[in-house]
Amino acid sequence: MQKFNKLAQGALAVAMGLAFSVSALAADINGAGATFPYAVYAKWAEAYQKATGNKVNYQAIGSSGGVKQIKAKTVDFGGSDAPVKEADLDAAGLVQVPTVMGGVTIVMNVPGMASGKLKLDGVTAANIFRGAITKWNDPAIAKLNPGVALPDLAITVAHRSDGSGTTYAFTNYLAKQSADFMREVGAGNTGNWPSNAVGGKGNAGVAATVQKIKGTIGYVDIADAMKNNMSFVALKNKAGNYIVPNQDAVADAAAGANFKVKGMAPDLLDQTHKNAWPITSATYVLAYEKGSDAAKQKGVVDFFTWSLNNGQKMAEELGFVALPPSVVKMVEAEMKNIK
Amino acid sequence: MSEPSTVSGLDLQAEQIRKFRFQDRLFHHTTQLFAVLLLAALLGILIALGLDAWPSIKEFGLPFLWTNVWSVPDDQYGALAAIYGTVVTSVLALLFAIPVSFGIAFYLTESCPPWLRRPLGTAIELLAGVPSIVYGIWGLFIFAPLFAEYIQPPLQALLGNVPVIGGWFSGPPIGVGILTASIVLAMMVIPFIASVMRDVFDTVPHVLKESAYGIGCTKWEVMRNIVLPYTRVGVIGGIMLGLGRALGETMAVTFVIGNANRINGSLFAPGTSIASTLANEFGEADPGLHISALFELGLVLFVITFIVLAISRWLISRSMGSEGL
Repeated sequence: MQKFNKLAQGALAVAMGLAFSVSALAADINGAGATFPYAVYAKWAEAYQKATGNKVNYQAIGSSGGVKQIKAKTVDFGGSDAPVKEADLDAAGLVQVPTVMGGVTIVMNVPGMASGKLKLDGVTAANIFRGAITKWNDPAIAKLNPGVALPDLAITVAHRSDGSGTTYAFTNYLAKQSADFMREVGAGNTGNWPSNAVGGKGNAGVAATVQKIKGTIGYVDIADAMKNNMSFVALKNKAGNYIVPNQDAVADAAAGANFKVKGMAPDLLDQTHKNAWPITSATYVLAYEKGSDAAKQKGVVDFFTWSLNNGQKMAEELGFVALPPSVVKMVEAEMKNIK
Repeated sequence: MSEPSTVSGLDLQAEQIRKFRFQDRLFHHTTQLFAVLLLAALLGILIALGLDAWPSIKEFGLPFLWTNVWSVPDDQYGALAAIYGTVVTSVLALLFAIPVSFGIAFYLTESCPPWLRRPLGTAIELLAGVPSIVYGIWGLFIFAPLFAEYIQPPLQALLGNVPVIGGWFSGPPIGVGILTASIVLAMMVIPFIASVMRDVFDTVPHVLKESAYGIGCTKWEVMRNIVLPYTRVGVIGGIMLGLGRALGETMAVTFVIGNANRINGSLFAPGTSIASTLANEFGEADPGLHISALFELGLVLFVITFIVLAISRWLISRSMGSEGL
C-alpha cells in the first residue's frame, strides 16, 4: 500500500512537472498600470522576448487602474507610480517592489534666460505654482538670483491636465515645502491649480505649452525635458546646493534612501545627499504573494529579475534612472515572496 | 389534360407567392431588428451612464449643474465650468462658422466659375474628413503661438478698454484658451455646414432663380428672397449638424482650450469643456465619486445634445409649417 502511495506520488509529481513545464512555455505575462514607466517596460519586454522567447504585455492604463486591475486579479502584475500603503499591501496579500526611478524637473520659457541659470528654492517654487508669485521679477525670485536680469513678465503655470504620477511626485514635493501649497493646490494625481494655470495633456502637452507660451513655468519628467531640449531651473536641495537635474543627481537621491521597508517605497523626495535631485521618485510593480497560477507568478519574477540585471542601460537611454545595485539585490530577495 | 396543368401552374404560383411573402417578412423583421438594436443601444448607453453616475447624482443632487467647483483633491464636483466652456466655445464657433460657411456655399453655387466648382467642393469635403486630433496639434503648435504673438495683443489694445466687452479680452495673451478653442472648432465645423448648405442651395429649381434674375434681381436679392426661404430647413439642419459636432468635439478642444476647471470672464483665459474634461481625467480617475462625477458629466452632455436636437427639430417643423411645404 505504501509502495503504491509512493508510486502514485511519483506519478503525480511527474504529471505536475509536465503540466508545469507546458504551462510555463505557454504563459504570456500580462501587466497593466502606470503610464510613466511604459516606455521602459515595453523596451524590456521586447528585449526579454528576444533573449528568452517569453512574452510580456504591459498596458499603460494609469496607476490607479493598475492597482485596481491587480486587486481584481485580471493581470499578473500591476504598475503604479504612487506606492500602495503597507497596510493595504498586507490586506490584499500583495508584494510591491520598485523597478526604475525618475526625476521631475521644473522647466521654463523666459526670454533671454539660459537653461540652469535661474535658481529657485522649494518654498519659492511652491509659491509660484500656487499662484502667489505672478511676475518673473518678483522680489522673492530676484533675491535668489542676484545679478540676473528678470523680465517684467506675467508667470503662466503649466500643469498636467490628466491625472498623472508626475503630478503626484511634484505636488507631494511642493506640499512638503509649503503648507499653503498643500492647502490650496493639494498633493495627488491632480491638483487645484491657480487661476494663471494652463493644463496640457501628457508630458508632451506640458512640454509643448511651456515651449510655445512665453513666461511659462511647468514640470515634466527628466526624460521629456531632455528629449525636448528644454530650459531647466536649478533647484535648491535639502543640503542647500542648487542642483541642475540629470540622471546622476537622481541616482544620488536614491543612494541615501532606506529601501528596507515593507513595500520598498521610502520617500525619495528631498533627500539629504549633497548632490541629490530633490524631486525624485520610483515606480513600482505589484504582484500577488500567493498567486493562483504558479507559472505566471514565476514568469513575473523571471521578467523583472532579468530586466533589473540586463535592462539598466536600456532604462538610462530612455531617460530613466536605474536602481542602485544594492537595491536590485533587495528587490530580488523581496520577489522571492511572489509564489 | 389542360386542366391539371393549370392547377399545378396555379399551385406553382401560390408557392412562389408564399416564398416571396416569406422573403418579404424576413426582410421586414431583419431590418426591424437592426432599428430596434439601435434603440436598445441608445437606451443601454443612457441606463449605463445613469447607473455609473448614480453615486454622484445622489451626493451632489441637482446643484451639480450650477456648482462652480471641480476639485479632485477635495472630492467636490460641479459641472458649471465644463458646461460653460462647452456652450460658449460651441456658440462662438457657430458665430464664426455660419457667415463663412454661407459665403462659401453662396460662392460655390452662384458665382463660382464651373471649372473651379469641383476642386473647391472636393477640398471642402476633404477638410471635413481630417481627423480632429490633427486640428488639435495644428492649433497648439502653429495657431496658438501666432495667435498669442500677432492677434491677441492688437485685439487687446483695440477692445481692452471698451466697457463690458473689454473684459472678454483681458488677461495675459497666452494663445490657448476659450477663444482659440472656438476658432479651431469653427474651422472644424465650417466644412460640414458649408457642404450641407451648398447641397441644399443646389436643390433650388432653376426656374425660380432664373425668373428672379429675369425681373432684374441681383445675386444677393436672389439669395435673400428665393434661395434662403426655399432651403431654410436644410440650412438649419446643416447648422445643427455643425453644432452637434462642436458640442461633442474632444481631442482638438483638449489641445487648445487650456484645461482649467474654472470660469473666467475673459475669452483669452483657459477653460474646459465636458468632452475635454472626460478625455483628460478618465484615464487616472480614482474609483468612487470622481469616476461617478465624470459619468454624470457624460450624461449632461448627452442631455445637452438631446436638447439641441429637439430645438432643431422644432425649428425645422416650425419653418416648414410657415412655408407650407
